Amino acid sequence: MSLLNRPSDNRPGPKDFARRIRAHTLRMVHAAKASHIGGCLSMADILAVLYTRILRVDPDDPQLAGRDRFVLSKGHATAVLYAALGECGFFPLSELDTYCRDGSIFTGHVSHAVPGVEVSTGSLGHGLPMAIGMALVARAAGNGSRAFCLLSDGECDEGSNWEGILFAPHHKLDNLCVIVDFNKIQSFGTVAEVLNLDPFAEKWRSFGWHVVEIDGHDVAALERVLSAMPAPSARPTVVIAHTIKGKGVSFMENKLEWHYRSPSDELLAQALAELAS
Amino acid sequence: MRTTFIETLSQAASENPDIWLLCGDLGYTVLEPFAAKFPDRYLNVGVAEQNMAGIAAGIALSGKTVFIYSIGNFPTLRCLEQLRNDVCYHGADVKIVAVGAGYAYGSQGYTHHALEDVGIMSMLPGIEVFVPCDPNEVRAATRLVATSRKPAYLRLSRAGEPNLGSAEVTDLRKPRVLRQGQEIVILASGPIASRALQAADELAKRGRDVGVVSVSCLKPFDETLIRKLARDAALLVTIEEHILRGGLFSLVAAAIAGVAKQAHVAGIGVPEQAGKTSNAGSRDALLDAAGLSVPAIVATIEQFLSNL
Repeated sequence: MSLLNRPSDNRPGPKDFARRIRAHTLRMVHAAKASHIGGCLSMADILAVLYTRILRVDPDDPQLAGRDRFVLSKGHATAVLYAALGECGFFPLSELDTYCRDGSIFTGHVSHAVPGVEVSTGSLGHGLPMAIGMALVARAAGNGSRAFCLLSDGECDEGSNWEGILFAPHHKLDNLCVIVDFNKIQSFGTVAEVLNLDPFAEKWRSFGWHVVEIDGHDVAALERVLSAMPAPSARPTVVIAHTIKGKGVSFMENKLEWHYRSPSDELLAQALAELAS
Repeated sequence: MRTTFIETLSQAASENPDIWLLCGDLGYTVLEPFAAKFPDRYLNVGVAEQNMAGIAAGIALSGKTVFIYSIGNFPTLRCLEQLRNDVCYHGADVKIVAVGAGYAYGSQGYTHHALEDVGIMSMLPGIEVFVPCDPNEVRAATRLVATSRKPAYLRLSRAGEPNLGSAEVTDLRKPRVLRQGQEIVILASGPIASRALQAADELAKRGRDVGVVSVSCLKPFDETLIRKLARDAALLVTIEEHILRGGLFSLVAAAIAGVAKQAHVAGIGVPEQAGKTSNAGSRDALLDAAGLSVPAIVATIEQFLSNL
């Protein structure tokens, strides 16, 4: 049964969902001694809204014809997506414990071996063109299906993204929605320091996109914006979601080091306590 | 070859409404018949091969069969990582069609010469690789990949190549005998096979028993037949419009390594360009300059024979 077809009293609220997937992610990254926790936490609220309110997907039938497609282009931030899919019931939550373990399907960059994952990514700049292809077929089929693609800000350095950004408005792909997790920190410094994207919204607008800038942690605003698909005047939509890297754990917020670090036992306990409070 | 390809693809698309064609703003006077007949399944994505390959993967992962078309190195090397990750890793039903094999673009220069593409594409996981030698093989290859449901690379020359063998190509995955002969067997991939046939005629005049076999399917590679030839012949010579590394020669040498009684194997191919500038010239002139003229092929094979 589609998440959206479940009785509303059985549907988790996005805030609760976000809190739960943040906690799963912290435990997964801690247990695996993995990295990329900061970029997982920054996009948790976006995933929470998508998977509780927006996406027409079916955990009992991940390949359902005519489903919405969600493409995670920032494939390194996969722990939080696995957590979201587990919360939805695509697989038992206990499987999250295998994240990055020997023989697990839950690899450290997103894998389509995991039920509910559309495509594997990890090298940046690959997701948007694939999402465009999916949107083209959905539009041709006329089944109302949409394609959502989540980009990091750092990966907007990749030229392949700009090829896609040029293409989608030309073809009036109004069933395509890009969400940029604009947490302002990439792997070696701030976006402003490494390769400045400003004026970011203006760039997208000049390429012909319907541009919406919001607080990427405001679940009500996210739901309002993402529900407004297709975009007005036959244009693709980009939601520039202003987020905080490491959001939800005070000592991780806006800290570059949490692109790499894995929390100690003590810091994990502290982080989980913060989330629970 | 280009015309045969698009005619065959158009026929396949008439029979299968799930076939799409994408091009990277190349294919003028070639692709128009398809575009006119199937406007909803044709897209010129612009000069953007990475985007083209990614879009093709996304379309294919939505249940379609997608052909992408451009010149030589553009739909292959330019977007290699998209082909590796987005297409091959997902087993997406995408066919990469490159026109301008080897020196086909002649005086257009080095950027337009596809000399390493076969080796590089063959290394991708799960892809099938076809280098047809004539229009009959192009027709068979296009039909085959249109229904194979897996990634494929189709390397075409340009236009005007003659048919070299019979019109009937029963199984393109098997090498195809163009000329009977057992003592020396020339294995050729692509239109360079026509020069192999001419060299074989010359060697026959000099009393040699020479066969010519077109090996258009380089992956999966029919090692069994190659080993059989190696048992029966004194000399196997490979000839390809490609560097020796990674192409037909590498495959044949690997196939017969470890076979107890085997023919000697020698390879004729294009030298690596390695920091040297490429001169202008027609395909024929460039092949001649690369040591692939018919007299040079004959002389090279005689040299190989004298070393046996």
